[in-house]
Amino acid sequence: MHQTFTIAEIHTENYRTKTFIFDKPLPDAQPGQYVMAWLPDVGEKPFSIAGGDPLALMVVAVGPFSEALHRLNVGDRVWVRGPLGQGFVLQGQHHLLVGGGYGVAPLLFLARTIVAAGHTVDVCIGARTAEDVLLAEAFTSTDSTDQTDNPLKSIQSVDKLHITTEDGTLGERGLVTQAVEAAIAARRPDCVYACGPVPMLTALARLCQAHGLLHQFSWEAHLRCGLGICGSCELDAATRQAANIPAGWLVCKDGPVRIMNQES
Amino acid sequence: MPDLTCEFLNLRLRNPTVLASGILGTSADVLERVARAGAGAVTAKSCGPTPRAGHPNPVAVDWGHGLLNAIGLTNPGAEEEAQMLAEARARLEPLGVALIASIFAGTVTQFGNVASTIAAARPHLIEVNISCPNVADDFGTPFAATCESAAAVTEAVKHNVGDIPISVKLAPNVPNIGRIAAAAVEAGADAITAINTMPGMLIDAEAGRPVLSNRTGGISGPALKPVALRCVYEIARAVRVPIIGTGGVTTGRDAAEMLMAGATAVGVGSAVWTRGVEALGEIAAELAAFMAQEGYRTLDAMRGLAL
Repeated sequence: MHQTFTIAEIHTENYRTKTFIFDKPLPDAQPGQYVMAWLPDVGEKPFSIAGGDPLALMVVAVGPFSEALHRLNVGDRVWVRGPLGQGFVLQGQHHLLVGGGYGVAPLLFLARTIVAAGHTVDVCIGARTAEDVLLAEAFTSTDSTDQTDNPLKSIQSVDKLHITTEDGTLGERGLVTQAVEAAIAARRPDCVYACGPVPMLTALARLCQAHGLLHQFSWEAHLRCGLGICGSCELDAATRQAANIPAGWLVCKDGPVRIMNQES
Repeated sequence: MPDLTCEFLNLRLRNPTVLASGILGTSADVLERVARAGAGAVTAKSCGPTPRAGHPNPVAVDWGHGLLNAIGLTNPGAEEEAQMLAEARARLEPLGVALIASIFAGTVTQFGNVASTIAAARPHLIEVNISCPNVADDFGTPFAATCESAAAVTEAVKHNVGDIPISVKLAPNVPNIGRIAAAAVEAGADAITAINTMPGMLIDAEAGRPVLSNRTGGISGPALKPVALRCVYEIARAVRVPIIGTGGVTTGRDAAEMLMAGATAVGVGSAVWTRGVEALGEIAAELAAFMAQEGYRTLDAMRGLAL
């Protein structure tokens, strides 16, 4: 059922985003997987796992449930079901992570896992404007003094972090796909891992195919059971066809991560 | 080599596994996917007279012995469902997999109307869901609770489906399920589906609250199996029509037990969570292996053995 987690730390990322770090790990969590977080009498919603040990979830306040989460304090409890779904699978040794907006959350967990495996990683983060760029500090190799298990502790070995904003208020002006082109040219990755809005993913898919690159994308849908039972989480036909995802593919169970460009 | 062919009314299924209603079954894509994964027949999600959003989350949990769910009969309404079913039928036809539609409603008259709308899509069978335990707030006590109400709905549906056979889906939480089944058959049911989920509740002790937003839900999966076997057994002793026996079937051996209890075909639902969409095909293969091991050449050789 649900496990009880107590909030140990809350980190404000921007005007509507907080990262919640809990008091213990979520056993068996893999990057790319998600949990269903439950607040009794409020609701239950899916969140990508931003950190597994201890559990960390990044929450953007966009509705009644996420706003209720934002009203919680250190010491309050959240009930969690998971880990659920299929996560990322490391392919090769040099990895390129691409995050759009709040898609960066699962990539933080993935970056740490890559570094722990002794592999190398470049990261491209894109957003509309400076304040929508999330978790950038956590990806940079600046603070080597933090000895805690804080999942937001800067990752030492991210080789290159590229930030792009559409209005140029942080990093380079432009779309994240431009940064990806540059990253590929500088050092060709064995695989690209992405999470973000559908238009970003479809553009990135074309780019990866053009370069003959393996790529894995995390998809989003309205989730209810999280068990591959209720059928609520099928992608709409247009998205499915644009992404070459087979009919009947379930985001909550077959995904949320899909290894793209495969036969079935 | 054991023969898994299952003769169900006028249908010839390649194996006795039937995707239970409420498990996936929400689109032609997903129904086709389960068909290709090895099902003998697939049942669509129940539809009603008007669209329903269903209950807010949490709607389902795995509690270690199966699932507890209260999805809330989410459906697009019979008109739109009929279109989906027509498309599903076209996709399933070349695969040789039968399509079972499922209907529910709040009144006897509405049941007749929904039946008529769905019959136009020409499913192979229409399952009459008089037993969902999760919508008491809207619909009150299920029609499956008494012989009179079960018979009234059956008659109204039978009157509105033309030549399409109907299977009435019963609830386990009745004092005498054999009598309810007999009443439905007498009113025109061509088959019986047994059982729907058993009403239950889970409480999170640390939260001090029921886990589901609907508070109560339906128990399915392994915890339901002994209830389902008992119900199928009692129904098989009370009526002569074929039974789709469903509740807790996770393996080929479970399927054999259900057949021995008197079922003609075997519904599979929660196993799709524990084993994936491939569950039905895998269960069929395990059933064949069991039959080979025990020396049963056909399903008939096992059917009703325990009666």
